[in-house]
Order: sequence, then structure tokens, then C-alpha cells
Amino acid sequence: MPSQEQSRPQRRDDEPADAPEPTPASPEASARKEALDDDIDSMLDEIDGVLESNAEEFVRGFVQKGGQ
Amino acid sequence: MTVRRVMGVETEYGISVPGDPGANPMVLSGHVVNAYASTHGVRSGRAAWDYADEAPLRDARGFEMGRGVADPSQLTDVEDPTLANVVLTNGARLYVDHAHPEYSSPEVTTPRDAVRWDRAGELVMLESVRRLAASPGEPGVNLYKNNTDGKGASYGTHENYLMRRETPFAEVVRHLIPFFVARQAMCGSGRVGIGQDSRTAGYQLSQRADFFEVEVGLETTLKRPIINTRDEPHAVADLYRRLHVIIGDANHGDVANLLKLGTTSLVLAMVEDGAVGRDLTLDKPVATLHAISHDPTLRTTATLRDGRTLTAVQLLWEYFHAAASYLEQRGHTAADDPDTAEVMGLWESVLTRLERDPMECAADLDWVAKLSLLEGYRERDGLSWGDPRLRAIDIQWSDVRPEKGLFHRLRERGRITRLVEDPLVADAVTQPPTDTRAWFRGKCLEKFAPQIAAASWDSVIFDVPGRHALQRVPMLEPLRGTQAHVGEIMDRSPDVVTLLRELDAAAG
Repeated sequence: MPSQEQSRPQRRDDEPADAPEPTPASPEASARKEALDDDIDSMLDEIDGVLESNAEEFVRGFVQKGGQ
Repeated sequence: MTVRRVMGVETEYGISVPGDPGANPMVLSGHVVNAYASTHGVRSGRAAWDYADEAPLRDARGFEMGRGVADPSQLTDVEDPTLANVVLTNGARLYVDHAHPEYSSPEVTTPRDAVRWDRAGELVMLESVRRLAASPGEPGVNLYKNNTDGKGASYGTHENYLMRRETPFAEVVRHLIPFFVARQAMCGSGRVGIGQDSRTAGYQLSQRADFFEVEVGLETTLKRPIINTRDEPHAVADLYRRLHVIIGDANHGDVANLLKLGTTSLVLAMVEDGAVGRDLTLDKPVATLHAISHDPTLRTTATLRDGRTLTAVQLLWEYFHAAASYLEQRGHTAADDPDTAEVMGLWESVLTRLERDPMECAADLDWVAKLSLLEGYRERDGLSWGDPRLRAIDIQWSDVRPEKGLFHRLRERGRITRLVEDPLVADAVTQPPTDTRAWFRGKCLEKFAPQIAAASWDSVIFDVPGRHALQRVPMLEPLRGTQAHVGEIMDRSPDVVTLLRELDAAAG
């Protein structure tokens, strides 16, 4: 299999627009959820920065010979 | 009853050379051990292992396997000059086991210390990786604290618990099998891929579950059993047996690791005292082990021989309540023993949250923390479970380098509960526990390495200048050789001759 640079799918900004809107929660809950989402985004961004760039090759290269 | 007992953790690390899947893991593992040994002035092979008291084919069921019918991998008691082996000043053993570098922690007496000295092993491996990366001519080696390559190979993380010899082994088997089948809900490290070779896409609780094929047996590398019967106590055999547990995953998180050691120790204490109570024998333990691991919703039930069906969490509640009432009957209070109180408190809290919503344990349990990260990616990038990125994240999760290992990144971000602070772990890289014979072993290596011909869990052998015969100091009692016991003698002995003379005099 040719080793190819893993291209990361883009964020799903193009989700169908006609999906039903979730029922709005209280403003405090919405703010909390936004903060939570921001935190997860920033964590994923940080981890993106250290991930091995070619996932397929990385997984293929990790081969063990057994153990106890 | 208490969580306290002599225990330890052995961890085999996954090893690879980036870009070279055909690299020889035995040779590489030797490089890892030698790199660490030479940094610390311990010559590998100098302080060799003393195999005199080893008996890997002795079976707890009362017989011994013949050497002729054993798999060569079971003959762990013969010296292989090509394989590196050192004893460290913290009392641990660092060596090549099969095709992996292995760190066997020194004996400790509490789950907290087990966590501390197990994490010290991660720093030992990290130092080797750094040193090899900086050495011209050496291949860059990566090490992983995980238990499978996802392609059909598995390697172990073993716990050892010293227990009373008089306890009938059949009782150990009866009560521990259901416990081990359920325990993965707390202590699994999480794995992308179902089946030994990951042929089905998905996520499961445990790295090891799919590699277990029978209920009871002596082997550790084939036909892996839920209960291993190796009867090699490394201690006074009439008094103790060493329960060798091969079914655990390597844990990164302090809480999961503490619970693994602490709850198992409590269940063993109840078995020793005949206090487990209800019989939780399962109808099909091996199949149930797999089924529970394959269901991160934790809804899968186990069928008991008495017909009841319980989830893994409900099974664990049975053990928890038995332990709680046993402690209460004994009038046990938190002030008596903070270690036991800590384990019971965390155990109850984790089970409560797992029952409500497993994701509430993302800071405490390895499999939940990993799943939470993977779900973040799946949602953001629309990835299916078969996506190689998720498998890559699973491997990189356990890279020992803090800048690359994803678990370490999460802990640095404050998303993982710490029970043992970093300076204590750093200290444990060179310092032995003070309250077991590991203290004597480690201090001997620290002070007298050039005069030590060999060592093992239960002996130190000195090559004393001016004496023809080697001098072997047996240490069959794990709770002797402590700092309290021989600290003064060690302090006032400038050389080995004095040390041996003083030990003789003290023994009377």
C-alpha cells in the first residue's frame, strides 16, 4: 500500500442545515457547554500538534514479537 | 483486614524503531537495559540474577511440569548470556524478558507505593529512550506502556501479591475469577480494535481480555489463563504463596492503578479469611470476560452459576459491599489505616459514577480517558472506528515520552487525577521502599555494586575481596531487610566485609 500523507478531514461546517435545532437550554448551561466545547477543541488542537503525521505507516510500523 | 500486603508490578514495555518494523526486539531490548545500566554505572551482567530459588514450572495445584514438555518460553530460570539484566538501586529488576524490556518493581506494602514505584519504571524507560536517541549509531527506540500491538501480539503487565500459604488455592480460583472478569471495568486501559488481531473495528475496555483463553493454568505466553498457577513464592515457601496475576493491563492513571492493586488485595484478604460470602461463580468466565470488555456501555451482563445475571459494575458492588461489611465487623476505621480508607473511598466513588455514566470517570480510569479523547476526534473529524488515526492514537497514548505520549499530555493539562506527586516518583527511581527487603537489596547496589556478583528477589551474593567462596545472603522473609531492621548496620558498614560481619553478629 503506498504510504501517503494522512489528510485530516475538515471540521464538519457543512452539516445539513435542516437538522432540527436542539431545544435551547438555560443561558448558564449554554455558556457552560460552550466553555466545555472550547476546552475539548483546544485539547484536540494541542494533541494534533504531537500526533505522528502518517497514521497508517505508524500503525504498520508498531509490530511486536509477543511476550508473557 | 487491610489493603496492606507485600506486592509489586512487573511491566513489559512495547518496543519499536520508527520506520523499521523488522528491527530485532531482543537486541533492541538489550540496548534499552544496557543504556540505563551504563548511565548509572551498573554494568549489566555484573550484578547478575541469582536463579537458585526460581521454579517457574511449579504449579500451585500441587505438581511440577516436566522441563521436557514445557514451552521454551516457560524456562525463565536459566541464564541467557545474550540477555541483559540489572538490579537497580531502588530494588527493582530491569531486564529483557522474551522480546521486551521489563521493569519489575521492588516489593512494596501498599497500593500507593505500588503506583509510585510502577511510575518510577516509566521514568527508567524514558531515560533509556532519551539516552539511545542521543547516542550516535544507536537506533532511535520508542517504548510504550501498553499490552498489545493490535495485530495479534500481546505482552504482559503482571501483579504479584504475597498471601498466606494455608489458603486453599481452590478458594483463590473460585473468588478471583469473577472478580477479574469484572475488574476490567475499573482497570482496563482501553483498546481500539476487537479480537486478538483487531479484525473487528471498535473500542473495548481492556487490552488483554481477548488474549485469555482458559480459566486456570500455568502458562503465561500461550493459552493464557485468567488465574495463573505459577507457584514461585520468592519467600519462605511454607508460609507464603505469591499470587502471580497476568490478566491486568498496564495502567497509566494513578486511580485505576491504585484500585487495581488495592481492591485485589482486599479481595485476597477476604479469601484468606474465608469472608467473601456469596458465591459469584460465573457460568462462562472466558466468554464473559471478552463480552464485558467489548461493551464500553457496561450494560453486558454475566450469568452466574446460580442463575442471576449481573453487570460488571454490579459484580464489583458485590465485592465492595462484602469488603465494607467485613471492615465494619472488624471495627475498622479510616484512622486505623488511611491506605484502606483511600481504596474503599475511591472504589465506591468510581462504581457510583460508572453506574451513572462511565464518562464521569474520564479523569480517573484509563479506558474512559482514552475513549473520551477518541470520541472527541470521532466527533470533530467524522471518523469511523476503523480509521487508522484512531489506532495510531491508541498506540501513541502510551508513548513514555511526556511530549509525545497522549496520556502524559492529558495529565499535564490537568485532566487526569494525580494521587502520587511527581517528586515522589522521581525519588523512587533511585530510592528503594524502606519497609521491605527491597531496601537492603537497593542499598547494597547503591553502596557496593562492584562487590555484588548476583542478586535476586530473595538473595544478594557478594564477591568479597580475599575470600574464595561467594557469600550469599538469603532474604526469604520479605518484611526483613527493611531500613528499620538493617539501616544502622548498613550505615556503619564502610565495606562489604564489615557489612557481612555485622549481619552475622546481628543474626547471633
